[in-house]
Amino acid sequence: MTETYAHLSNNAVYSATIVFTLAMIAHVAEWALARQLTAPLAGPLQRALVPARTAGSGVVDGAVTGTSAADAAGSGDAHAAAARDGDDLERSDRFGRIGFGLTVLGFLVLAVGVVFRGIAAQRVPWGNMYEFSITGCLAVCAAYIVMVRKYDTRWLGLLVTGFLVIVLGIAVIVLYRPLTPLVPALHSYWLMIHVSSAAVAGGAYTVGALASVLYLLRRRLERKAVEHPDLPRTGFLWRTPPAEAIDRVAYRVHAFAFPLWTFAVMCGAIWAQYAWGRFWGWDPKEVWAFITWVAYAAYLHARATAGWQGRSAAYVALLGYATFLFNFVGINLFGSGLHSYAGM
Amino acid sequence: MPHPSDQEVVPAADQPEQATADQAAAGPATGGASTSPHGSAPALRPLEFLRWAWRQLTSMRTALILLFLLAIAAIPGSLIPQDRVDPSAVLLFEQRHPAIAPLFRHIGMFNVYSSTWFSAIYLLLFVSLLGCIIPRLRVYLRSARARPPKAPRNLARLSAYDTWTTDAGVDEEVERARTLLRGQRRRVEVYPSDGGTVVSAEKGYLREAGNLVFHVAVLVVLVGFAVTGLFGFKGSVAVIAGQGFSDTLTQYDDFTPGARFNPDGLTPFSFTVRHFHVTYDTSGAGIGTPLTFDAALSVTDHPGAAPYPYDLQVNHPLQIGGTSVFLVGHGYAPVITVRDGDGHVAYSGPVIFLPQDGSFTSFGVIKAPDAQPAQLGFEGYFFPTARLGPGATPYSAFPAADNPVLSLVGYHGDLGLDSGLPQSVYVLDKSHLTPFKAAAGRPRALLLREGQTVELANGMGSVRFDGLKTWVKLQINDQPGKVIPLVGVLAAIAGLLCSLFIRPRRTWVRVRGEGRRTVVEVAALDRASGGDPGAHVRQVAEALRPAEPKEPQ
Repeated sequence: MTETYAHLSNNAVYSATIVFTLAMIAHVAEWALARQLTAPLAGPLQRALVPARTAGSGVVDGAVTGTSAADAAGSGDAHAAAARDGDDLERSDRFGRIGFGLTVLGFLVLAVGVVFRGIAAQRVPWGNMYEFSITGCLAVCAAYIVMVRKYDTRWLGLLVTGFLVIVLGIAVIVLYRPLTPLVPALHSYWLMIHVSSAAVAGGAYTVGALASVLYLLRRRLERKAVEHPDLPRTGFLWRTPPAEAIDRVAYRVHAFAFPLWTFAVMCGAIWAQYAWGRFWGWDPKEVWAFITWVAYAAYLHARATAGWQGRSAAYVALLGYATFLFNFVGINLFGSGLHSYAGM
Repeated sequence: MPHPSDQEVVPAADQPEQATADQAAAGPATGGASTSPHGSAPALRPLEFLRWAWRQLTSMRTALILLFLLAIAAIPGSLIPQDRVDPSAVLLFEQRHPAIAPLFRHIGMFNVYSSTWFSAIYLLLFVSLLGCIIPRLRVYLRSARARPPKAPRNLARLSAYDTWTTDAGVDEEVERARTLLRGQRRRVEVYPSDGGTVVSAEKGYLREAGNLVFHVAVLVVLVGFAVTGLFGFKGSVAVIAGQGFSDTLTQYDDFTPGARFNPDGLTPFSFTVRHFHVTYDTSGAGIGTPLTFDAALSVTDHPGAAPYPYDLQVNHPLQIGGTSVFLVGHGYAPVITVRDGDGHVAYSGPVIFLPQDGSFTSFGVIKAPDAQPAQLGFEGYFFPTARLGPGATPYSAFPAADNPVLSLVGYHGDLGLDSGLPQSVYVLDKSHLTPFKAAAGRPRALLLREGQTVELANGMGSVRFDGLKTWVKLQINDQPGKVIPLVGVLAAIAGLLCSLFIRPRRTWVRVRGEGRRTVVEVAALDRASGGDPGAHVRQVAEALRPAEPKEPQ
């Protein structure tokens, strides 16, 4: 029985990897088809860009980029070019929708993989790095889907699916380990609370980092457009929301993740008290959880500090994510310490 | 449509506050906190300098830099072994890097988290935090009692705005608006305003309160850790199954008291480790992984009390008063009898061997200082499930004692115990010892199974492997006030949630008579981004507007 579930789990994880790959390809097509597309309604956009730098508000672009394709094409008075744009837009958008649909499918398949892994092991599937990776991917995917539903952030599709494919690929090829029981230190309900909150926070941090990357790209594009107003505004990036709106999305995800991360670290400390007899012992894992916490605290502060908003704050967020990744990869693989069972 | 519903993400336009709105989200947003240009100031008098330094220290930018410094300063402690985490790894590091180790020792690299520089950073950060919080606390207390502000002259300029006319009287409309807004748990105030009346409402005071609570709570956590560290203690002891422990200083293998710890405060409990049981995974990929640890204790809370049994497990510590006993390790203690050349027993009893790997290949030392004609010493390995590897070197294949074998090298001479220098029981000082050699001239490894005896060369005695016991490593500590950091963290999270998700909002309803009609205007302003004041205005308008809408705006 255990064997069956373990096999089903493995197959589900493979399948999810393939589905995410297809989703990524769809998103690549979405970007590629938008390559020749000009930004919708160049006029108002330009107007919006310039005051955006002074008033600090990207509302007008938001409204504009939110305009439907039909409006965008319609305003061109049925120019041939506009018609062609409309076609490409329609196709690009269709691939985007396909990509998102596949992502949802991949999420479901991966969820089956994670759950079956747990059933096969007769415990929560959080005993080693392979299991952490597939659970982490599930969390990233969940965070992304929630955000698409809530804030319509499908423009993150390519980055998110790309991330999922890479991490799941590594998990399946490099990190895979057959089922093993948990060491006694992990026999605690705190495992569930601590790891699940850390995983969800990690998923949100990941999506936040990807949004920050996109923000930096879009911001650079807008800067360039202001410096060289004559350059054609084509490509998928021009169809994403304005930089400020992306920044706000990134902030929201981080603002969600940070208290959860605080909670996860706190649960870890309480658990450490039960398992090892101290809250906090500066074990390498604890050190880096603390560093991540401090880095994201710095991000939240940077957003409120003159001269640090925008680009600098985004870099701080990416720095925080780098410390998070190092804690997960570096410390698990090279570190010793009490969390060493978390490795391979 | 690439991203049609951005109204959630994108705030309303024309809000000058918008740029600064997020400031409240993350931290100190007081104007005084930001650095002011002091570049070309002439020489400052001491008081001015102090004031300038204080302002610099409590500025947001400094706090940010200190946060970065704190993160960077924490890194070395995770890469370089630490005295308090793994002392043996520090020793190894010092042996491997003799050139750099003294320097590291000097600058506290083996003790990062209690080093001067690390402490300096976090203390500065806390001073900066206090300097930031105290003025904000004052501002907040004042604003918390303040009434909602009067309305801007031109409400129509706000992005979230609606207006209509009605036949109802001014007073009636004012009363309805006031009831409505108060029902939404807003603070409401009614002001006369040019030619009419304004109902002014405000909500979301908890945002700044949460922010302040978070920062104070971080301080509470630190104070809590300091208190537990000062008044508590941490000790450990290895107890062989069958033996006991009573809570007095002399019984600890190591004992780290807090600076204010009172040794008389030790709880007078005692216990016996009756037996210790481990189970291992015997098949599959996780072979050799421990599954359960159980130490059966017989505990006496205080002298004279009736003993009671306790099953000590990982994640399941024993609590006696404020003191906790944790199971943190285990190992094997072979029972060994050493007889000297005269046939007298020079040593007999269990010897703690320290595990070296996951299969519990363990290292140990036996010292028999009373042996005649020469003192005898042994060091070597214990293999719980011995197998012979290439070159007939034994290794352990499994952590359980399925085929226990001892491999010892014997020495004779002077153990060095009389030199007066303290010696570790786990180290054999071989400077005045000579190994027993095999025919080939190499030190002879004595292989012993349970019950076997091996005679030493030249009639110097014998060594016998009598049997096998286990030992458990117990950590015993007392952390008075450990509830303080817990309360602190919970308060911090609650404060954080308030400061990140509560959005202060001001709502105004202006009612004025215009001829025989009454004009009602509704507007709202968010003081933090991310909300949707437009939806709020629509909702208020829906509730107040008469049933037959005149002309939708």
